[in-house]
Amino acid sequence: MPFSSFKDYMPRQDLLAFVVLALLLVVILPLTLDVMRLNQTGKFLSFAFVAVGLVLCWGYGGILSLGQGVFYGLGGYALAMYLKLEASTPENTRIQTTPGIPDFMDWNRITELPWFWEPFYSLTFSILAVVVVPMIVAYLIGLAMFKRRVGGVYFAIITQSIAAILTILIIGQQGLTGGVNGITDLRTLNGWNIHTDSASYVLYFVCVALLFACLLIAQYIRRCKTGRILVAMRGQEDRVRFSGYDIANFKIFVFCIGAAFAGIGGAMFTLQEGFMSPSFVGVVPSIEMVIFCAVGGRLSIIGAVYGVLLVSVAKTVFGENFPELWLFAMGLIFIGVVLGLPNGIAGLYANYVGPHVDRLLDRIFGKQTPSEQAQPVQPPLEPNSQGATP
Amino acid sequence: MDHSNDSRPFKQTRRKFLSTTVTAITAAVMMASMPMAVQAAAPATAEVNTTGLAVTDNTVKVGILHSITGTMAISEEGSVQAEILAIEQINAMGGVLGRKIEYIQEDGASDWPTFADRSNKLLRQDKVAAVFGCWTSASRKAVLPIFERYNGMLYYPTFYEGLEQSPNVIYTGQEATQQVLAGLDWVAEDKGAKTFYLIGSDYIWPRTSNKIARTHIEQHLGGQVVGEDYFPLGHTSFNSVINRIRLRKPDVIFASVVGGSNVAFYRQLKAAGLDMTKEDFSLLTISVTEDEILGIGGENIEGAYASMKYFQSLPNENNEAFVKAFKERWGADAVIGDVTQAAYLGPWLWKAAVEAAGSFDVDRVRAASPDIELNTAPEGYVRIHENHHLWSKGRIGHAQRNGQFKVVHETEELMEPDPFPAGYQ
Amino acid sequence: MFSDFSAAELSAIFAMQGFAGLILFAVFVLMALGLAIIFGQMGVINMAHGEFMILGAYVTYMTSNLFASHFPQLFGSYFLFAIVFAFFAAALLGALVEWSMIRFLYHRPLDTLLATWGLSLIMQQTYRSIFGAREVGVVIPDWLMGSYQLTDMIEVPINGLFVMALAVLATLFVAALMYRSRWGKQVRAVVQNRPMAGAVGINTARVDRLTFALGCGIAGVAGSAFTMIGSTGPSSGQLYIVDTFLVVVFGGAGSLLGTVASAFSISQSQSILEFFMGGSMAKVLTLLVVVIILMFRPQGLFSLKVRR
Repeated sequence: MPFSSFKDYMPRQDLLAFVVLALLLVVILPLTLDVMRLNQTGKFLSFAFVAVGLVLCWGYGGILSLGQGVFYGLGGYALAMYLKLEASTPENTRIQTTPGIPDFMDWNRITELPWFWEPFYSLTFSILAVVVVPMIVAYLIGLAMFKRRVGGVYFAIITQSIAAILTILIIGQQGLTGGVNGITDLRTLNGWNIHTDSASYVLYFVCVALLFACLLIAQYIRRCKTGRILVAMRGQEDRVRFSGYDIANFKIFVFCIGAAFAGIGGAMFTLQEGFMSPSFVGVVPSIEMVIFCAVGGRLSIIGAVYGVLLVSVAKTVFGENFPELWLFAMGLIFIGVVLGLPNGIAGLYANYVGPHVDRLLDRIFGKQTPSEQAQPVQPPLEPNSQGATP
Repeated sequence: MDHSNDSRPFKQTRRKFLSTTVTAITAAVMMASMPMAVQAAAPATAEVNTTGLAVTDNTVKVGILHSITGTMAISEEGSVQAEILAIEQINAMGGVLGRKIEYIQEDGASDWPTFADRSNKLLRQDKVAAVFGCWTSASRKAVLPIFERYNGMLYYPTFYEGLEQSPNVIYTGQEATQQVLAGLDWVAEDKGAKTFYLIGSDYIWPRTSNKIARTHIEQHLGGQVVGEDYFPLGHTSFNSVINRIRLRKPDVIFASVVGGSNVAFYRQLKAAGLDMTKEDFSLLTISVTEDEILGIGGENIEGAYASMKYFQSLPNENNEAFVKAFKERWGADAVIGDVTQAAYLGPWLWKAAVEAAGSFDVDRVRAASPDIELNTAPEGYVRIHENHHLWSKGRIGHAQRNGQFKVVHETEELMEPDPFPAGYQ
Repeated sequence: MFSDFSAAELSAIFAMQGFAGLILFAVFVLMALGLAIIFGQMGVINMAHGEFMILGAYVTYMTSNLFASHFPQLFGSYFLFAIVFAFFAAALLGALVEWSMIRFLYHRPLDTLLATWGLSLIMQQTYRSIFGAREVGVVIPDWLMGSYQLTDMIEVPINGLFVMALAVLATLFVAALMYRSRWGKQVRAVVQNRPMAGAVGINTARVDRLTFALGCGIAGVAGSAFTMIGSTGPSSGQLYIVDTFLVVVFGGAGSLLGTVASAFSISQSQSILEFFMGGSMAKVLTLLVVVIILMFRPQGLFSLKVRR
């Protein structure tokens, strides 16, 4: 065990944050929201997976990926393919020219299931694919980029291009992927109807459970030695390299974890929404996923979840009432957070509320030792920050 | 967003308010002088609403679901305007079953998941009696399961690829065979066209339309397809494909390019010296209406032919009144394309079906819809088919320099809609 | 495909295809020049670059309306005025943005990415609110329409020639500015060694501001030129970003030659591939090849900086 005690893994402040979040998501929201809004919240939480992954990649690793939509989409499409095949039984599709294949293939006059769809008949394979395929893609990209020390802005632009490429491919190959419509009209998961109200509840809690699993994994990474190395890397990469660590491997590792989380998020969205579309894969949605992380505080995994909820609620409220103002608001959020609130909400909490909470906890539970204290939320700005280095 | 008394944000608010007031006063005066028989007592709410829709003794709620922001806002703005105009006119005439229509406008934000979210809200939270909305097939596909699950009724205005027939949608635009076949038949006969070059944006509608076009050209017209090209949505450099077209020298370029690419394509076509007014070749498009010409520029598309069921310049009484009312309501600069008119039909068709059914219940409205006719449609006459599409005439328009079309051909008979054409799939 | 044509016709077609490639090259150069200057100078990727281009386009639209209503007899020449107005409008806005926002973010290039993205959203919605969601049609003066008969069978679009001329002029102007003027020397000094440049008395803040303004101004000129080729609407700027970024990053930071070389290779590859295999696949292939090359040579084709 890399941790000498539980307190090393989960210091007091972090434990409090976890508990409060659990209370909110597991108790308060299900009791106060109706099923439609709860389902909507579940869909928002699917983006929290991406945000948590970005905290690890960007906040800790200094890797800004503007292409997380790619992994979100890969995970989402993997599960969507399974669900679509299940919904396209010969019985359901008997009016088609070729029954037994998804409807969009029939419209494109495809008469037989393409080879790469075959494995998705299996639920196990599909679930594995949700996590593994994004990781493999991330591994390849990471290998090519980080071994050659591409980072910073260059890496961000390249991830953008990859997102653009994938979008064009998916939309263009509509016989194979459903095109710009996406894969729609999904109905049952292994026989279980995903659209009933009770299904919405179940899926919501499954989503929350998976989110906590990812949060606990992320917490582990943060607190163990890898996390400290990541933080060191973000500040002074060369020194860490001179100390003998292979920087590229760490970056690849954390990038793959971020990709896996994003893939899970995509799959959860597919289940709760009932369809998957290339509108999540492209450049614009990928950048929006970054803002969730930025608002929450890029070093705080719990903050990322709050960031997602806050921005999504703002988007819905504006969208339903003042749609034209929403773009202004979002633009201002981007600028404001970057200029004024670089540590996001978590930073605000750490600066203003945190010390008081700390004192309260001290009085209740006794003072902490230094090693048990939570990590500070002040990041040393950006890696290698001397102007135009890649 | 409740809009019983609409005032559009940002632009033209005061002007709209004034013109709305004038219309309302005129309508009130007209109504006051109408015979009393028209203003019968409204049927009891319990009779007309047995499924818990948002109906009161005086009002009924409907939803308008289009993109107000994002790239699709360009195209969907006209549909919103048309639907609001129709609703206001219906209200001025006394409403539906004695109840005024209140509309809730939601923004799809050019994002299909958002369309799904908003339709959830409209159907489950607001319990609207009908929704007028969507434009792209992607948005319709995203909301379709929700309408089918919660038994809503969507009136969908865009000309599209067919291959769908949902009990919960009334398709007020042409489907592919009505548009494509009429256009191809005319160009083959009138221009003696034998060779065709198909060019479109890369997604389902152009691909499906071109599939139908190719089958028709090769098997029914005895012609030949000499090229078929697709470009990603948003693509802006067409010089290479224009050179290819030059190489192949087709009689007809059959274009289904959409969105921002439209502007680039026609400008570059003209700049390359391929002049459509010169009759060396013809260009037939199924994707350009008066709305798109605003961005393209009339001088760049002059000479092209479009296959639609409606043009703003249609010379009939209904249309003249409609165009006049539309311009009064939304500004003298407003243009009205095919989709805008189809959107205008939505509320009227819904009203006719509700009155025929004597109820707002979606099941009863659906049962009453087939064979509902509209003699007051700006395009002339339409009738709802059993498959929830419309019988309508097809027309060919010749694009003029001023951005309008001159109607050069009209099918003699109403075209039967056939979303699943045998032999074309 | 080629069998039905005589040698003369074929060579005419290929000549025209060559011109098409050159026009695309000019388009890319114009798009990328402004961004390359800013990126080379400050390492800032301006995600609102597309919106600055559209600002130039809208200014052109307004100029054309102004001339049409007040100086109809001069309408033919409005385009030249429009380009100048577009330059200054975009440059002014750029200077304002730099002063209010960018200068706080110089040590945080990734954050600048996000902040300028927010700016692009605000600009898009502003356009939508002022000009409406629909695209506006910019009327091109007569002398720019149509094509020029080079020979019997070779026709070259006039607006393409104009764009090429504009791109050449812009590049020469920027090159002259960078390598022949005093200010250019200051800019290069700051790029190579900011602390020392400051130490010898160069006002780095002012140099940065002017550079950013210049980059945005050129974007405005590009947008103005593109009214002839593409659409002008609130979200039209998004159509150009990914391509522009790739050209700049592929060319290498801080190198004018790199930008030109990269624009040339990407445009030629896309144009040739389009001729043979259709739009979508051509785009995907070009992007893929560029990304792969970047993975092997991340600093781009030509790079001033040798150290990472």
